[in-house]
Amino acid sequence: MFEKALKGNNYYWMWLAFLGFFIAVAVVAYLRQYFVGLTITGMSRDVSWGLYISQFTFLVGVAAGGVMLVLPYYIHNFKAFGRITILGEFLAISALIMCLMFIMADLGQPLRGLNVVLFPSPGSMLFWDMIVLWGYLILNILCGWVVLTSERNQIAPPKWIYFFIYLSIPFAFSIHTVTAMLYCGLPGRHFWLTAITVPRFLASAFAAGPALIVIMALILKRVANFDAGKEAIDKIVTIIIYAAIANVFFLAMEFFVGFYSNIPGHMHTIEYLFFGLEHHGNVYNNLVPFMWAFIALFFVGLALLSNPGTRRGNDLWLGLGCASIFTAFWLDKGLGFVLGGFVPSPLEEITEYYPTLNEIFITIGIWATGFFILTILYKIAIGVEHEVEA
Amino acid sequence: MYDSGKIIPGLLIFVLFVTIPIWYNRGTAQAVPEIVLPKDVESCVLPLAAIRSDHMKLLMTWRDDVLRDGDRSTFEIEGKQYQKSLTLTCLQCHANKEQFCDPCHTYVAVRQPNCWDCHFAPVE
Amino acid sequence: MDIKRRNFLKVAGITTLAGLGGTAVVGRLVASSGLAQAAGGQGAAQAGQANLNGNQTNPGVKRYGMIINLKSFRDDPTLGEKIVEACHSYNNVPDVPNPKDEIKWIWMTRYENAFHENYHLYRDEATEKQELPVLCNHCDKPPCVRVCPTKATFRNRDGVVVMDYHRCIGCRFCMAACPYGMRSFNYIEPAPYISNLNQNKPRRMRGVVEKCNFCVGRIEVGQLPACVEACGESKALVFGDLNDPDSEIRKLLRENHTILRNPSLGTLPSVFYIV
Repeated sequence: MFEKALKGNNYYWMWLAFLGFFIAVAVVAYLRQYFVGLTITGMSRDVSWGLYISQFTFLVGVAAGGVMLVLPYYIHNFKAFGRITILGEFLAISALIMCLMFIMADLGQPLRGLNVVLFPSPGSMLFWDMIVLWGYLILNILCGWVVLTSERNQIAPPKWIYFFIYLSIPFAFSIHTVTAMLYCGLPGRHFWLTAITVPRFLASAFAAGPALIVIMALILKRVANFDAGKEAIDKIVTIIIYAAIANVFFLAMEFFVGFYSNIPGHMHTIEYLFFGLEHHGNVYNNLVPFMWAFIALFFVGLALLSNPGTRRGNDLWLGLGCASIFTAFWLDKGLGFVLGGFVPSPLEEITEYYPTLNEIFITIGIWATGFFILTILYKIAIGVEHEVEA
Repeated sequence: MYDSGKIIPGLLIFVLFVTIPIWYNRGTAQAVPEIVLPKDVESCVLPLAAIRSDHMKLLMTWRDDVLRDGDRSTFEIEGKQYQKSLTLTCLQCHANKEQFCDPCHTYVAVRQPNCWDCHFAPVE
Repeated sequence: MDIKRRNFLKVAGITTLAGLGGTAVVGRLVASSGLAQAAGGQGAAQAGQANLNGNQTNPGVKRYGMIINLKSFRDDPTLGEKIVEACHSYNNVPDVPNPKDEIKWIWMTRYENAFHENYHLYRDEATEKQELPVLCNHCDKPPCVRVCPTKATFRNRDGVVVMDYHRCIGCRFCMAACPYGMRSFNYIEPAPYISNLNQNKPRRMRGVVEKCNFCVGRIEVGQLPACVEACGESKALVFGDLNDPDSEIRKLLRENHTILRNPSLGTLPSVFYIV
């Protein structure tokens, strides 16, 4: 089926070349990092994880978000999702590949990556994260490919594949659960050390992932003559609204626990993220604008998606609503959650993190690689759809 | 065959490409290097053939014994006690890394095993 | 109807399978992380918080620890610099100028930084000015060891938390996990920043995490850690086996009121402070 990715109009090739440019820049930037070391990133002794791990964390959520299509379609037999479950599965594949690339970019000794397999350590959540991420990646490749092949041959998918499809559902939940456990099991990092990290991760994933799928569906409608169907889009939007509200509700609960209990450790990071943290006469607040942008975009997105006029009347408003939610939760989880958790340091000192240009190029390049893969996978999927219809 | 005009040159280019190491290194074969053995010691920690083929594995075993298991027990050769240590045992006899280690490592193109990133050869 | 029931049965079956698998996984996790013996660990057996690092011993198994007497550091203000220098030059710890890439094994910090949990508005002048050494606590329940995905950092048979630099992949999970901020990462190639190279000890390569190891190579051959030796007769630092009731360190622990950094986290540090 790969041949479908090799035929496309000029816009298709221009888009791939555009992404290819950023990938090439990132390759050069990564080689530089590989030979010089992580000193050319903004990461420090105090903020020891930066953009790479925060993007990884966010993208695990995007990958898990695809299950919001798979679950209703296969378990509740919600037929309207039939045409677009494949979009969710293929989005998961490219998001997971981005995740694995971000992990590799973050390692100090990337050539030793296999040590995680050679010396399995079941006490480490990173070990389990590797297992569920690879598991979910393989399941999505398998299920996506088999279902698409059957569709092309206009036969029902083989019975055995349903085992793997159903298996992929708990896996989707587990990838984000285990990713949250990387954080919420660490003593002494108060912002992360809360059981609500796990449900909060899932909620934001089930909003951000489907929001990206809606955006993709709207783009495909314009550029590839592929209509996901009004009913399907409408149902996804409902899912996004509830999941998004749940995420912000959980965050509000964090505010309550921190400020009502008045325990300094519980308040510090929230203060740093939203108001700026005063320490020895300096105010540290480099993430404050991003966090208020998150809150503002959340309400903008919620308004656009909830109001029937903008939600159903006009694709542009609908797309903007989804983009607002996606960006909002990227700011929340893809920046604030990981970077904020390191402030203050265990020695009550404050180091702020500013990514370097080299680091930003690598980050953009990995996103571009993900979208490159996604474009090719969607091209194949839609090529098959058109072939069947014709 | 369809497209034989494209397939055959393509295959040729592919074969040439994967055999680059052979073309690139042709005519540079060298004689097996002679290495200088320590004069006043008769035997090594393993027989000659074994130490030649397995010295890297032995070093790894010592490393894991000492570092991971805290087993710093010594062993005896010709009445003398030796520690499980690259620096304190191997390099005591083979004091000159440039004359002893490097010639063979260069010959087999394992130029700098990363031992030397952190461990030091004695300075002459 | 039929189809729905079949789907339900499939889902139920799979859920059960996942459930069984999950239980097995949890069982293994509990066993491997030592939750089953939560009160104990390799060191002194403990009955909850009341007996934190208590009196019982575990014969035959060592658990090295250290007492830091802050009075000695008040009496001799140069002592701090001496121990840091002794450690860093013995262990080839690089002196990286950029604080972002800094490597530290032991260093002097203020009371408010090391003991921020015990810090209040009306502190005495001595405490206010106090500079005290911090180093790896060699916890009995080290979170850094728990999270390491390759067992590159582990608790050795003498209760010392050590690093296997050969195995470390540089993921820095241990740095996020350490609640004391005692770990450093070699962001930059360390070699150029080591001024007086100690040829008998290795240095580190770029891309691995490092920290104090109680000079494990010295204590295994019966010597004291470099920092303890640098204190000479002052007894500012006392090193010994916490599992040996007759050791000097245990004697001092019996005779003095000692405090720990962040005891509420349950990591059971092996480094004690006499204020």
